[in-house]
Amino acid sequence: MQRPVQGGVQGGSRGTARLAATFGALRGAGRKALVLYLMAGDPSPAFTEQAVPRLAESGADVIELGLPFSDPVADGPVIQAAGQRAIRHISDVPAFLALVRAIRRRTAVPLVTMTYYNPVFRYGEQPFIAAALEAGLDGAIVPDLPLVEAGSWRALCLEAGLAAIFLEAPNTTPAHARELAEATRGFLYLVSLKGVTGAERGLGENLGERIARLRGWVETPLMVGFGISTPAQARQFGAAADGIIVGSGLIARMESAPADPLGAAVAYTRELRAALDSIGG
Amino acid sequence: MRAQAKVDVVRQGYFGAYGGQFVPETLIAPLEELTRAFQAVADDDSFWRELRGYLANYAGRPSPLYYARRLTEHLGGAKVYLKREDCNHTGSHKINNTLGQALLARRMGKRRLIAETGAGMHGVATATVAALFGLECVVFMGAKDIERQAPNVYRMKMLGAGVRSVSAGSATLKDAMNEALRDWVATVDNTFYVIGSVAGPHPYPTMVKAFQRVIGEEAHRQIVAQEGRLPDLLIACVGGGSNAMGLFSQFIPMAEVALRGVEAGGEGLATGRHAASINGGQVGVLHGSKSYLLQTPGGQVQEAHSISAGLDYPGVGPEHSYLHDTGRATYTTVTDREAVDATFELSRLEGIIPALESAHAVAEAIKVAPAMRHDQIVIVCLSGRGDKDLHTLQTVSPHRFEGGEGESR
Repeated sequence: MQRPVQGGVQGGSRGTARLAATFGALRGAGRKALVLYLMAGDPSPAFTEQAVPRLAESGADVIELGLPFSDPVADGPVIQAAGQRAIRHISDVPAFLALVRAIRRRTAVPLVTMTYYNPVFRYGEQPFIAAALEAGLDGAIVPDLPLVEAGSWRALCLEAGLAAIFLEAPNTTPAHARELAEATRGFLYLVSLKGVTGAERGLGENLGERIARLRGWVETPLMVGFGISTPAQARQFGAAADGIIVGSGLIARMESAPADPLGAAVAYTRELRAALDSIGG
Repeated sequence: MRAQAKVDVVRQGYFGAYGGQFVPETLIAPLEELTRAFQAVADDDSFWRELRGYLANYAGRPSPLYYARRLTEHLGGAKVYLKREDCNHTGSHKINNTLGQALLARRMGKRRLIAETGAGMHGVATATVAALFGLECVVFMGAKDIERQAPNVYRMKMLGAGVRSVSAGSATLKDAMNEALRDWVATVDNTFYVIGSVAGPHPYPTMVKAFQRVIGEEAHRQIVAQEGRLPDLLIACVGGGSNAMGLFSQFIPMAEVALRGVEAGGEGLATGRHAASINGGQVGVLHGSKSYLLQTPGGQVQEAHSISAGLDYPGVGPEHSYLHDTGRATYTTVTDREAVDATFELSRLEGIIPALESAHAVAEAIKVAPAMRHDQIVIVCLSGRGDKDLHTLQTVSPHRFEGGEGESR
């Protein structure tokens, strides 16, 4: 059995395979996954390049990198503001992938991007997928590209080995949830609530029921995100799913420590890691 | 079989390569619910009877089709008719659509309406129907637009709506629409999003066209009654493009009728400061649909520029992109200056002060009618009235009436 290696799995796998190795190792060890989101280039590309390996060493299993977009409709105020800061440095795919390449030289942690469809569409789906893999990305989350519009995207990602990660929402019908669970690669992104990233809403809506249903259909790791920021929530959501995704909470913590945002991020990562590791079973 | 049905529904949301449903997963189920509800009323006579009743007795339809004799004589070419959407209650064509969507919202049991607005006309029209039907209403408006359209903000508040200021991004219409979408994602259970143009994800472009179609249906009857024949050319301004689609759709099957959309040329296409998505943009995806879009080579959406807040939008309804590609309609541009001049010209010649949006269409008629024959007919969609723009006009033309200027005719 593979040992879970924080900071990523060594051995040359990439794309969907790298994510599968990481999640497989975590599952084998009975551990929950921690996915952390950083906006690439916020406040500078140098900061992101330095931060990703540190967060991986501090307990993050996968890093999600935001590719800034002018009109982020799925994001709440914290990530919107981060995007507006970052877009001054990174406003297109080549600049983003240059940063990914620099990060990949420093760490083997799985990297997935979260962006919107227009930058991908302008670059071209196939060229984007090829360049993303070449730069060291393993997967992509495109929240405004729902399954029904993702025919060619899915096929091209599947062929190339980049994990096309889909989202499932509280109001997704069961039949459609099954389609999403079967289509997604890497993990299924369960949106905890009806709302945007960073929203505060307490307990996830019908989350237990959704997870139980999905478990009956697929083995795919189920990761919960949107509105998770405290260690208590990390424990609660982590216990229900295979792991959690945290973005706005991390960015807010860094904003609250302007003198040492990286130190604050590392401390926060350790808190979340400890919370997840305290889950019994 | 179910999957096949789903594909068919979405295919209906495409106009050639344009349109679609590019939205977060949380909106997929609500859009399907809306599509089903709209399809149900589309075949329901009682719905359209009720809507026609409100259009006639509340909005004041049919709007006149007016032969602009002095403008025609001044231009010396084709006969110019004006489809007077400015005569509607609330002062523009927007009420046609908001009445339809509010009636649909009521049938769906949604008690809260949200809307985005640029110039404020769609916001006012939504606030109006919310008051009419006793529904809660929140209108999202860019902070910049709130500043330049203060009278409409006050009107919306008088009508009982909340006006939510949006300062993200460029603080204009596109950002207001982002924020309305974010609100909707969180409130879909009780909220109906009233989109103001033939833009957004399926079924909005199709639904808004259905509610605005009345413009062209009336104009068809009216021109046949007055002239005994079809028009040669239709002209309408295009921001998102709902008044244009409303006028055009009835005539699309009539090949002898030419269709012309007029985009906001701002300070001129060459300056890059304009809102001409078709003439100056590339295909992209924004606010749920694929269409021509003002954007950087890297795919970031660019800010639009127009003197008219209602045209100040970087995208365009997907069906317009399709009509452009197929050649069924042509799309030109008119600059800020030309639109302002046309505003003053129409005011002087016909006693009609047009909205700056509509003045783009008037300016195009002023350009093309002189070269047409006397027996040819042009219909211009006068989509709204200009009262809301007086402050803008005073700002850009402060000295127009000093020293005898403007007295020459």
